[in-house]
Amino acid sequence: MASTIPAPAESLVSVRGVRKHYGAVHAVDGVDLEVRPGELFGLIGHNGAGKTTLFKMMLGLIPLTAGEIQVAGARVGDGGFRAARRRIGYLPENVVLYDNLTGLETLQFFARLKAAPLNECPGMLEKVGLGPAAKRRVREYSKGMRQRLGFAQALLGRPQLLFLDEPTNGLDPEAIREFYAILRGLKQEGVTVILTSHILAEIQERVDRLAIMTAGRIRALGTVQALREEMSLPLWIEVRPGTGSLERVRALLAGLHVPQVEERGDELILRCPRSMKMTVLEALTASSVEVLDVHIREPSLEDVFFGFSDLEAGHGN
Amino acid sequence: MEIRQVGIIAGKEFWDRIRNRWVLAVALVFTVFALVIAYFGGAQQGTVGFRSIEFTIASLVSLVIYLIPLIALVLGFDAIVGERERGSLDLLLSMPITRFELLLGKYLGLAAALAFSTLAGFGLVAVVLSTQLSMNALFHYFGFMLSSVLLGMAFLSLAVMLSVFASDRTRASGLAIALWFFFVLVFDLLLLGALVVTGGQYGGEIFPYLLLLNPADVFRILNIFSLEEVRTLYGLATVFPGRLAEPWLLTLVMLAWIAAPLGIAAWRFRK
Repeated sequence: MASTIPAPAESLVSVRGVRKHYGAVHAVDGVDLEVRPGELFGLIGHNGAGKTTLFKMMLGLIPLTAGEIQVAGARVGDGGFRAARRRIGYLPENVVLYDNLTGLETLQFFARLKAAPLNECPGMLEKVGLGPAAKRRVREYSKGMRQRLGFAQALLGRPQLLFLDEPTNGLDPEAIREFYAILRGLKQEGVTVILTSHILAEIQERVDRLAIMTAGRIRALGTVQALREEMSLPLWIEVRPGTGSLERVRALLAGLHVPQVEERGDELILRCPRSMKMTVLEALTASSVEVLDVHIREPSLEDVFFGFSDLEAGHGN
Repeated sequence: MEIRQVGIIAGKEFWDRIRNRWVLAVALVFTVFALVIAYFGGAQQGTVGFRSIEFTIASLVSLVIYLIPLIALVLGFDAIVGERERGSLDLLLSMPITRFELLLGKYLGLAAALAFSTLAGFGLVAVVLSTQLSMNALFHYFGFMLSSVLLGMAFLSLAVMLSVFASDRTRASGLAIALWFFFVLVFDLLLLGALVVTGGQYGGEIFPYLLLLNPADVFRILNIFSLEEVRTLYGLATVFPGRLAEPWLLTLVMLAWIAAPLGIAAWRFRK
């Protein structure tokens, strides 16, 4: 089988043959992954799929059972990895900070450890919307505020690479929007971001590439579009016929053998294989039947995700 | 090793204890106890008021031997396991810091807090008593203060070690109490029991060396042997050979009691 993995020089993160076994439990079971500079990379999977374990190994927090990981030019676990860590920002899942410190003191503590300029801290708090709470103790912070503070901490010292584990946990929709706006800004500055999520709808329009992880393995890897195609999941076509044309459209579709047609209000919802899309569209435009609107809905990442999970379950049984 | 990183961690631990008034509270406890002992320690003998520094130190040693190990164990037992259980350890370790630097920083910061409260607490007493003390008495009192600091460091080292080994905070606190019972209450009784059971025939010669296996006993010997008057008071001179009672030797043993648990902790924590 030909390897499609690019040369290491191109990757900022290179994971090769990595395993993590806890006795009989294979938390991560042979993962290969390359993340390129400037990429916004998503890692999705159910709880217990191995995302967090993989993250911790990439950060050198837990030893590998097998394999090798290179991050920012250094081999994880080597002496040179300390220097690489200065260029890495990390937001752990359900970040825990020190209750007795204020928001500003928290950032100053981590800035010192990262040898980042201390005068960066107030601005960073403003950036994540915690300016007014800078002098309040973390004890008084809500879950969302703690999450923002954790994110601010990860941004200290202008990191080249960000590891964000479930970064939008506990954030309200407005804060989630702001969070992704910051990520877009960072991406423009060339920062590489790897993030995990189980809220698939949220990241599908925002990541460049993603990997789907189940049971310690990467089952699919690519752009959202590529994954959709690989899965060849059926898509939806919503057709709004003109007044009184509904039955004629229905008859037309029946002639094309569209597998599933549902009536919803004055619309017809078709679910058909991707290969049938053009046939249906051509038939609709060529016919004399009045059609007011046609809308094509691609399968969501949820569909892709559950498609893979189903396959997985099928193999497992 | 980067000293800077050790200093940042140590600084945080120290200032945390200053801010939550831990240092102040412990220093006050020491001051109050020491003053009470200095002025009322002889009440049973029918005298009230400051008698002599020897008498005061002898009484303080008995107090400190219970108090400081307890304070040090409570201070250090959750140093690592606490961070691990709260979930803040991963974030700390993702920083450009090694596990050894983190451990050492934690230890040094806590040790500084404990040393500061010990020196401030007992130092205040020295200031209060200074008009009544000769240079020689002051010298002995400073020796007592320094050995108290060493005793604290040794038990703090044990505390940090068990905080690396323990899987959760509850277990760590249980172990801390068990360690205190063993070294402060049980150890001497065991030795005594062994002597009695064997009718003093066996073990008499190794007895002094066995005492070195307990930092609390090392502390006691260190203070008691420096004072003529006290030595006779305790009657220990008969069982403890003078050649082992050298302050520098006992100080070395104490330093070993600081280094060894910390070394084991570092070995265990390296992965």
